[in-house]
Amino acid sequence: MITYIIKRLIQAVFILLLLTFIVYGVMRFVPGDPLLMYLGATDIQALSPEALDQARQELGLDQGILVQYFKWLGNVFQGDWGKSFHFKADVLLLISQRMPVTIYLGVLAFFFSSTIGISLGIIAAVRRGKWADTVATLAANTAITIPIFWLGIIMILIFGVSLGWLPIAGFTSPFDDFWLSTKKLIMPVICLMIGSMGSNARLTRTSMLEVIRQDYIRTAWSKGLKERVIILKHALKNSLIPVITVMGLQVRFIFGGAVLIEQVFAIPGMGRLLVDATFGKDYMVVQGCVLVIGIIVVLTNLIVDISYGWLDPRVRYD
Amino acid sequence: MKQRRKRQEKFMEERPPMSGWRRFARVFFGRKVVLFGLIVLALYVLIAIFADLIAPYDYKQINLQQVLAQPSGEHLLGTDTAGRDVLSRLIYGIRPTLIVGSATILIAAVCGTILGLIAGYFGGWIQTIIMRCIDALMGFPMLLLALVIAAVLGGGMKNIIIALGVASIPTFARVMCAQTLIIKENDYIIAGRSLGFTNWHLMWNHIVPNAFPPLVILATMNIGMVILMEAGLSFLGIGIQAPDAAWGSMVSAGYNRLTSNPMLSVAPGIAIMLIVFSLNMVGDGLRDAVDPRLRGTL
Repeated sequence: MITYIIKRLIQAVFILLLLTFIVYGVMRFVPGDPLLMYLGATDIQALSPEALDQARQELGLDQGILVQYFKWLGNVFQGDWGKSFHFKADVLLLISQRMPVTIYLGVLAFFFSSTIGISLGIIAAVRRGKWADTVATLAANTAITIPIFWLGIIMILIFGVSLGWLPIAGFTSPFDDFWLSTKKLIMPVICLMIGSMGSNARLTRTSMLEVIRQDYIRTAWSKGLKERVIILKHALKNSLIPVITVMGLQVRFIFGGAVLIEQVFAIPGMGRLLVDATFGKDYMVVQGCVLVIGIIVVLTNLIVDISYGWLDPRVRYD
Repeated sequence: MKQRRKRQEKFMEERPPMSGWRRFARVFFGRKVVLFGLIVLALYVLIAIFADLIAPYDYKQINLQQVLAQPSGEHLLGTDTAGRDVLSRLIYGIRPTLIVGSATILIAAVCGTILGLIAGYFGGWIQTIIMRCIDALMGFPMLLLALVIAAVLGGGMKNIIIALGVASIPTFARVMCAQTLIIKENDYIIAGRSLGFTNWHLMWNHIVPNAFPPLVILATMNIGMVILMEAGLSFLGIGIQAPDAAWGSMVSAGYNRLTSNPMLSVAPGIAIMLIVFSLNMVGDGLRDAVDPRLRGTL
């Protein structure tokens, strides 16, 4: 088990290196001189060619992409993530301010999408063909088709503007004002979780239907166990195996969705930072965000893989 | 002899009563929701083809006398900030949606299949290199990957297709690699190899056709997701922008007029939902009809 985790961690490091390198390469294809972004058009016209060359040298822009990449990497390990010329701030500082917001949002969305999604799937499978199944399946199928930014807008229109129940934008830290923070988060979290909830429900239903057909479930019935015990204790654990696999992937979707939702609800998180940085061609920030998001996704996938062993003792780590 | 024939007849009777196609048709068309999806899709395609005849106005026509008109008999869904007819823009918006959806999936499926096929067939270090790169791309949200690529290439339909296509490659490569690894262990591949068939011949004529069904289903099921992502990118302001009609940017443009003209955002959103829902249902139906065992894996 320990060797497996160590092996996976080493693999994860390679994956992250590859990911950041790919993005670094892609960002470097940005048309235009990167120097222009550091100095601004007016400064460039004012400076002599020699001074420009010197500035280029100072910033290390005269070296090859590979050299620059490894330089960036070395600096990252020393805690220097570069400077953002768009926000005029340290990249690490920017990310450390924005990241907790997105992670808080994401964890809430992940929690609710799992619990509600799996519950819906169980209800649909157990009541197969009944109205509860029809309603749950339709809800799940609709949930995976809604453009989440649109849902956000519609919710703002209904609950924020027309009914006036919820604040329509912004973010408040739960440590400052828990009640206000929760009220502000209700709509964003619903939007963020809806897609994952739908796919969790669909998958749970399918895999639950497979499991409850098996012999050991029939044995449990014939032993006279209650339905609740059979479903929750005997069937659920086995039917969760495929669902857990996909949950690892869902972290990606939630992060992708955060970009849209933070835009709709004006939440100052990583998603918005990344969008602003991408449009501003601020590639130090993009690079930093990619690294952080990559680490989170890779780590959650690792946790998912380890949790298999608990769910399915047949899984051997070697 | 007679007895033998009898036995043969008995054997014939025991054969499944339906051919593959009939079973497929029965399962596929048997579910109302799949049928609904098919009809909606057919309608969308027809509207896209005959947009010029159906649309009441020119979708790019700016009319400053009729800015932000409410829905009425003249303009069924009202007009936008430049006085363009929303219904006409909605109708013309089907074209880029369908084109981006199918072209993206085509790029992703072709590239992903080739990569997965090569990785799975040759194995060893080739597989390691290809699949680790795919893993690296999988370690990042698709929408963000597409966003970064689109930001580099710039907006416009062609670049969006490339960005979304590249971002969708990993899914196909993974499925194809897994399929190839299974198929290549079959006896007919080993037989083919001992007969001296070239690798290319084995891959193209024997592995690809056998791996086809899951790929087609995966493609159908992914078009919806690509359409959602395209709408998301357009919403962020990097996809297809006005005056061209794209549903995502229409939602975004209507965002500021939410209280006065809600239809500007509501209508394109419903259009997106309807097509994605239909595509997903057709994909589900296809999967259940072709191979129910694929449930839960695709």
